[in-house]
Amino acid sequence: MKITESLSLALKNIVSSKVRTLLTMLGIIIGVAAVIVIVGLGSGLEHYIADSFSSMGTNTLTVSVQSRGATRTMEVEDMYAIVAAHPGELELCSPTVSMMSGVKIGTETTSTSASGVSEDYNRIYSCTISRGRGLQYSDIATRAKVCVVGAYVNQAYFGGNALGQTLRVGGQALTVVGVLSQREDSMSEGGSDDCLYLPYSTAARLGGSRVSSYVVTMTDEDRIDQSKAALERSLTEFFGSDDYFTIITMSELVDTMTGMINILVGVLAGIAAISLVVGGIGIMNIMLVSVTERTREIGVRKSLGAKERTIMEQFVIEAAVTSALGGLIGIGLGYFLSAAATVAVARLLGEALTVAPTPFAVLMAFGISAGIGVLFGYLPAKKAARLNPIDALHYD
Amino acid sequence: MAALITFQDVCKYYHMGDSTVTAADHISFEIGTGEFTAIVGSSGSGKSTCMNIIGCLDVPTQGTYLLNGQDVGQMNKNQLAEIRNEMLGFIFQQYNLLPKLNLLENVEVPLMYAGVPRGERRERARAALEQVGLEDKWRHKPMELSGGQQQRVSIARALVGKPSVILADEPTGALDSRTGREVLSVLQDLHSAGHTVVLITHDNSIAVQAQRIIRLEDGRVVYDGPADARSAVVTPMAADERGGGSA
Repeated sequence: MKITESLSLALKNIVSSKVRTLLTMLGIIIGVAAVIVIVGLGSGLEHYIADSFSSMGTNTLTVSVQSRGATRTMEVEDMYAIVAAHPGELELCSPTVSMMSGVKIGTETTSTSASGVSEDYNRIYSCTISRGRGLQYSDIATRAKVCVVGAYVNQAYFGGNALGQTLRVGGQALTVVGVLSQREDSMSEGGSDDCLYLPYSTAARLGGSRVSSYVVTMTDEDRIDQSKAALERSLTEFFGSDDYFTIITMSELVDTMTGMINILVGVLAGIAAISLVVGGIGIMNIMLVSVTERTREIGVRKSLGAKERTIMEQFVIEAAVTSALGGLIGIGLGYFLSAAATVAVARLLGEALTVAPTPFAVLMAFGISAGIGVLFGYLPAKKAARLNPIDALHYD
Repeated sequence: MAALITFQDVCKYYHMGDSTVTAADHISFEIGTGEFTAIVGSSGSGKSTCMNIIGCLDVPTQGTYLLNGQDVGQMNKNQLAEIRNEMLGFIFQQYNLLPKLNLLENVEVPLMYAGVPRGERRERARAALEQVGLEDKWRHKPMELSGGQQQRVSIARALVGKPSVILADEPTGALDSRTGREVLSVLQDLHSAGHTVVLITHDNSIAVQAQRIIRLEDGRVVYDGPADARSAVVTPMAADERGGGSA
C-alpha cells in the first residue's frame, strides 16, 4: 500500500470524528501558537532595540574615563587630540554629560533626557535643525546658557513655539536657540524626539563634575575592531595602563541586549514547548483508545492481507497527520495572536513593536509537532500491529 | 492433480492455565479445486480452529497444512498476510465491513493491500459489486444496507482478489432464513462458476447445501463424504444431542 493511500485513509478517519480530533490536537495547537508568539515577540523586541540604537548611530564608540587613581587626568582637549591622531579610523568626537536632574518647563517637570554635547553632536547623532540654529563652538567656549530641543519637546510643551523660550535644567535657566527635526515616525514621551542638548561645558559646570564620557564616531562602520583597537592603544599610552577607561561599541551593546533577550525568549519558548509534549501525550492517549475501538477493523484488515508494517504505518501516519494538522492550526493561531499582540502593544504602550513570527520558528514548530505525532503514535501503532487477527476478529 | 487444501495429521493445542486443550486432533483431509465443502460441527468441535488454519490466520501445532502445495506452517507473519491476500477470500458471520468506507472502497481493500493501482482497483471492485447485484449502491455506507445486502458486499470483497479458496464462516448465522438462502445460492453459483468454496457452519440444514461434508467432533473428523448421504447429517454417537439440526 502506498503512502498516499495511507494518508488519504488517515484524513478520512480524522474527518469522520472532527470533535475528537480537534480536542486531541488542542495541546499541539496551543503549544505551537505559544512558541510562535513568544519567538515573534522576541524577534520584535530585538528589532525594536536595534532600531532604537541605530537611531543613535551604530558607527559610534562610547568611551568612559575613570580617572580616579590615575597619574594623569584627561581633559577634553586631550581626547580631541587622540581622535585627531587617527584620521584613518576615527572621525568626530563629542563629550557627553548626562544630566541627572530633570528638565523643568514652566511648572512642569518632564522626563526629557538632557545631555551636554559638543558642536559636532548633530553630525554624530545625525539630526538636523528645523528652526533656529544648532550649538556652536562659541556656545561651548563661553559656557552659554542655551540649548536645542527635540521636536517632541517643541510640540508637547511649547505648542511648536519653543524658539526663544526659556526652560530650566538643574535649576539653571536655558534659552532655546534651536529645534531639531523630527526623527521618529511617531513621536512619544521618552522617545528619541523627547530630548534636549546643551553645551557640555555648561552641563559640566551645572553638574559640578569633570567630563568623563565621550562619543567617538568611526570613519568606516565595517572596521569597528580596528578603530576600537586604535583608540584603545592611544588611551593606554595616555594613561600608561588600560585600567582607567572602557570603550563600548554600540554594536556590542546591541549584541549584549539581544543576547539577554534571546535567553529570555529561549526559556519562555522552552516552557511553551512543554505543552507540545503534553499535546503529544494526549495524542498517544487518544490513539490507544482508538486502537482498542478499532480492534475488529484491525482484525478484518489483517484477514484481508494487511501486514503488520501496513497497520503500523496506518496508525503512525494518522497520529502524525493529526499532530501536523494541529501544528498548522497552531501556526494560523500564532499568526493571528502575533498580529493581535502588535496592535495591543501599540495601543497600550504606545510603542511600535512588531510581533512577527519568524519563518524559522514556524518551520521548527511544524516539524516538531509532526515529529511528536510520529513519536507518540509509535506505541499505539505497535500495539495495533501486534494484535492477533483471530482475537481481533472476535473482539466486541 | 494435487489437492488445493491438504491437512496431514493437523493438531492444535491451546494452553489454558495448567491444562492443555486439544482443539484439533490429527485431522487429515484433502479438498480439491472447484469443490464445495462444508465443515460442520457443534461449538468446541474444532471447526473454528480448522477455519483459522485454512484461512492462514493460525498455524498448526503439529502436522502439515499445504495450501496449493505450499507449507503454511513454515511461514512467518508477513508471508501469511500475503497468502491471505492472494489466495483466500473471507466471508464472516458479522459481515465485518469497514463502517467508514463506502461499498466500493470496502471491496477495494484487499486489492489495496495487494498493491493494485487505483484505476484497475476501481474497475475490479465495481465488477465484483455488479456480480452480487449491488453496483448501483456503491456510494452507500454498509450501515445503510440490510444484513443480506451487507453479506453480498462481503462476498464481493472476498471475490475481488480472485482467490483460490472462498472461506465462509457461518455466512448465514446473522440472517433470517430467506436471506440466508439467498446468500447460500450465491455461494452455490460461485461453486458452479468453478470457485473452491469452504463453508464452516454448525447448522446441518446449511451444510447439506454443499457438495461434500466434513463433520468434526472433539477435534476429530467423524464423517467425510457426500452431503446427500444420510450418515452425513446424523452420526450415531451424537444424534440425540443435535436436536433441531438434522434435516
